[in-house]
Amino acid sequence: MTTIYVPEELVTGGKTYADVNNDIAAPLERFPNKIWWTCFSVAVLFFSIGALLAADMFMRGLGVLGLNQPNGWGIFIVDFVFWVGIGHAGTLISAVLFLFRQKWRTAINRSAEAMTIFAVMTALIFPVIHTGRPWYALFWLLPYPNQRHLWVNFRSPLLWDVFAVGTYFTVSLVFWYVGLIPDLASIRDRAKNKFRRFVYTVLSFGWRGSNKHWSHYEMVSMILAGLSTPLVLSVHSIVSFDFAVAHLPGWHTTIFPPYFVAGAIFSGFAMVVTLSVIAREMFHLQNYITLGHLEKMNKVIMATGLIVGYAYSCEFFIAWYSGSPFEGFTFINRAFGPYWWAYWTMACCNVIIPQIFWWKKARTSIPVMFVVSLFVNIGMWFERFVIVVTSLHRDFLPSSWKYYVPTLHDWGITLGSFGWFFIWFLLFCRFLPAIAMAEIKSVMPHKGGHHG
Amino acid sequence: MDKRAGCIGYYTDGDALLVAIKAIRAQGIEAFDAYSPFPIHGFEAAANIRRSWIPFVTFAGGLTGLCCGFILQYWTSAVDWPVNVAGKPFNSWPAFVPVMFECTILFAALSSVAAMFIVNRLPNHRNKAFDPALTRDAFALVIEPAIEDARAQAALATTGATGIRSVFVEGWS
Repeated sequence: MTTIYVPEELVTGGKTYADVNNDIAAPLERFPNKIWWTCFSVAVLFFSIGALLAADMFMRGLGVLGLNQPNGWGIFIVDFVFWVGIGHAGTLISAVLFLFRQKWRTAINRSAEAMTIFAVMTALIFPVIHTGRPWYALFWLLPYPNQRHLWVNFRSPLLWDVFAVGTYFTVSLVFWYVGLIPDLASIRDRAKNKFRRFVYTVLSFGWRGSNKHWSHYEMVSMILAGLSTPLVLSVHSIVSFDFAVAHLPGWHTTIFPPYFVAGAIFSGFAMVVTLSVIAREMFHLQNYITLGHLEKMNKVIMATGLIVGYAYSCEFFIAWYSGSPFEGFTFINRAFGPYWWAYWTMACCNVIIPQIFWWKKARTSIPVMFVVSLFVNIGMWFERFVIVVTSLHRDFLPSSWKYYVPTLHDWGITLGSFGWFFIWFLLFCRFLPAIAMAEIKSVMPHKGGHHG
Repeated sequence: MDKRAGCIGYYTDGDALLVAIKAIRAQGIEAFDAYSPFPIHGFEAAANIRRSWIPFVTFAGGLTGLCCGFILQYWTSAVDWPVNVAGKPFNSWPAFVPVMFECTILFAALSSVAAMFIVNRLPNHRNKAFDPALTRDAFALVIEPAIEDARAQAALATTGATGIRSVFVEGWS
């Protein structure tokens, strides 16, 4: 008996190439609907709350935060690692899945890359405002000749972070924009309004779809994917060095780089599922972001969730196996100390809840995956909280042990960061094609007209 | 509006376009370009275009980035103002590797994109698409003005192209 391979249908509903342009570009050409305005207003409100509290913090100093001795790092660092991690799924989808020729990525890569850029923009806020006087941050972070004749310390992982996250942001932005050029040209060519045509003409750089251009263009796409793949692995490895290079039990472990990268992909995919579920309903893109796409992402969530679960247990094993009493204490304290609730929230959300995806019914149910993706986001936020706070709050000297309680400013600025992220994401959905039109056409069946 | 950009003819899809390219080349016409909403795979082979040389730019860019990353760190840490940090040597090169790596990626990526813009002569805002459909769902072959109009139109007609006409540099008429 022979098996006949039937290629999976990536775009459903018998769409033609012209339908792709109509469906994806239409939301950009009409006045945004009520749901969009509601979401946008809420995002602006959240951002304003965060901005006001941050302004108050700049005037009164970092004392308004919950930081104390020995908890020199708190919610801001948790938020920084959380947001950088969210960004990683976008690069994984656009670069790693590109190199593996996973054609299903075309439906989600544009919005996932946008998510990467906005998440990194959000993440970058935190270390900068955590300096307390962000107007000096340029001088502290970047090696440029200045009147003090001092240079930054290139032996510090915090400085490696500046270069890693800075490069990551620049390369992701360029990769994303190169991908947008042909689609911006499509929007220019269908624009009826003179002003719109002018704006998209400028943005599309005069792209005409010449195949001599496509030849170089595709080469550059492949090169950028090839460069982004080691880049994304390096970024979260370097973020993990911020902890792993310090001689603190709970931080000083060799497992951190792969553990952080897996966690980043895990949380990032959960965020992609959250955003995709909302976007496909809001813009009626069910034929492009199909249940098949979402199911594949859920499989990735489950697989990376298992890796993260393995890392949690491996840390405990090494804490015991190393024979270090400090290491052993830190880990027992993590699970059963004053922050037991954070540890078990993390373990439940990240390890236990995603196991529901072993059932196909759960993997293909929109409400189930939406709820699970929210739990994973919460769990991954708590993972960073557990790493930062439980390792710090009980250091080597019991007389200096202190419980860390975040204040209104910590929470308000965190809320503001979500507002900031969603403002950008909603503007993106409004002004740029949320699905890569040129790429999705290249994975559709080979005909201009209706197929089937 | 009068600078001729060549002669255009339309095909139903990318495969038909590739067949037409072979037929056109068999007639000795090499000055042409294909326009499509997404890249047609097999175009390079059919049109006998060499593989893009951008990877060499990437390599040179990456190498430059690697060297710049090292020189920046070596000069600031060991030459301009050596500071003893935790007893480490001034030229503590293993600690410089992460920044060198990031500089390699940054220079390689930006130089590749810059090369793509230069070789494709972008941005070029004066040139509009010959036809709005070319970025939507049309597949067309344009024979460049090096070939005189009558010969180009006849050649396109033999390949079964539809909608054959002259196009101009700005917009189309």
